[in-house]
Amino acid sequence: MINIALPKGRLGEKVYAMFEKAGFPCPALLENSRKLIFDNAEAGVRYFWVKPSDVAIYVERGAADVGVCGKDILLEYRPEVYELLDLNVGKCRMAVAAPEGFRDNPNRTLRVATKFSRIARDYYASRGRDIDIIHLNGSIEIAPILGLSDVIVDIVETGTTLRENHLEVIETIVPISARLIANKSGFKFKTEQIERLVKEMGKEVEQP
Amino acid sequence: MQIEDRVMDSQERIGFLLRGLYAGRGYSRYRMSKFEEYDLYSRNKDFLFSDGVITFTDTNGRLMALKPDVTLSIVKNTRDVPGTLQKLYYHENVYRVASAEDGFREMTQVGVECMGSVDSACVAEVLKLAAESLRLCSEEFVLEISHLGILGAFTDAVAADEEMRRKLLQCVTEKNAHGITLLCREAGLPDSAGEPLRQLTALYGTPRSVMPRIRKLAEENGAAEYAEELARAAAAFAGSETEDRIRIDFSASGDVKYYNGIAFKGFISGIPGSVLSGGQYDRLMRRMGRKDLAIGFAVFLNMLERLAEGGRTDD
Repeated sequence: MINIALPKGRLGEKVYAMFEKAGFPCPALLENSRKLIFDNAEAGVRYFWVKPSDVAIYVERGAADVGVCGKDILLEYRPEVYELLDLNVGKCRMAVAAPEGFRDNPNRTLRVATKFSRIARDYYASRGRDIDIIHLNGSIEIAPILGLSDVIVDIVETGTTLRENHLEVIETIVPISARLIANKSGFKFKTEQIERLVKEMGKEVEQP
Repeated sequence: MQIEDRVMDSQERIGFLLRGLYAGRGYSRYRMSKFEEYDLYSRNKDFLFSDGVITFTDTNGRLMALKPDVTLSIVKNTRDVPGTLQKLYYHENVYRVASAEDGFREMTQVGVECMGSVDSACVAEVLKLAAESLRLCSEEFVLEISHLGILGAFTDAVAADEEMRRKLLQCVTEKNAHGITLLCREAGLPDSAGEPLRQLTALYGTPRSVMPRIRKLAEENGAAEYAEELARAAAAFAGSETEDRIRIDFSASGDVKYYNGIAFKGFISGIPGSVLSGGQYDRLMRRMGRKDLAIGFAVFLNMLERLAEGGRTDD
């Protein structure tokens, strides 16, 4: 039995559809219930829904053998896991956004509001720019409007929220998509099942 | 007086079993102070498992550290003895940052170090000892072996600079073949440039099942000599009880500034991370002014805390 951690929400449902098509169905998963864990012994899978940002923790700690999470989480928390497949869904980008018309003054420390402190720190360190990280847990877009920060580093999907708040992307840091990850130890002891899962899921990935 | 088994927790029990195993194979115990001059670690900080060292100023004004690692101390405090092989084992506590949130933790390690005329027979002996160490903890183990020379040759063929080499190696340790493709594209290389490294990353299995493929790949990419070394190391297990527990896997890597040649990691079913890590570290010896060759491994006893009682206790 392979334990699979899925991210709650739209991305999780999209990814489950891929698992189902790949031959690992569990119809009970889509029934409206309060259950969190779903088995299909015949297909050899057990799914569970978890908060998207927690998927990597479940996998790294071995509670799940495999899971699906965004590349943003892998870059930010650097969990000790295998990254076996780019599922090419949930595509977006990690970007720097600023108020329209913003011009960076290199004589001042740049104030950066973000949920992704490590990604922001690494990005600006690679450019030799001195920054002041302001770690926020949500509503990042409001920070430059209220003068809390000069720019934000956040995930941008369509850019609608940014535009509505008169912000614009000024730099793209890295493209993001959902990845199939596996626990390192779990991979050694369930190799055949996990390799089969990766192979079948690979067939469901739409190439860009 | 005999110590009763039931008064020991699994970490203590396995620690003593491993000490017995190593002493029985002719390894001498190496004991060391809890403290070491901080300078040793600051000069070799990439060798350490984690960033961060607990420091304090000694009564004589010297900046000291609670040791975060054992191998560096052993390399520093032993001397080259030409033509011999020093075989040492240790059972020590180290102080490392477990994670940014958890802060520093005290961890217990048992390990062996062989320094001197390390030849292929010695490499084979250490690998077998690593497998036996894992087997003492549980019958359900896997020892995976790789060769950093092969990895180096494959990454050098693609990497434009040091930064790209580091990222490619990171992709290999993550079994991230699509990451290798992306790095090649970013560097303006055709996808075919990364193909040998992608194939190497995807290879995983028993020596019998994957060595022919590795030999062929290595031959085509100028690493045939290293593939032979890897084949010799894996051959140490041919016909042994533990043969089916050995895997070739290039995700078992190490920092190439310090390590070279054979690298290996051990896993136990039900424990999420590697419980054993080791390899040849001739480059560390050179960096510290030593001429001897060296190989060793450590077993992380704190990882075994939750191991179900009933690991093997016989010899």
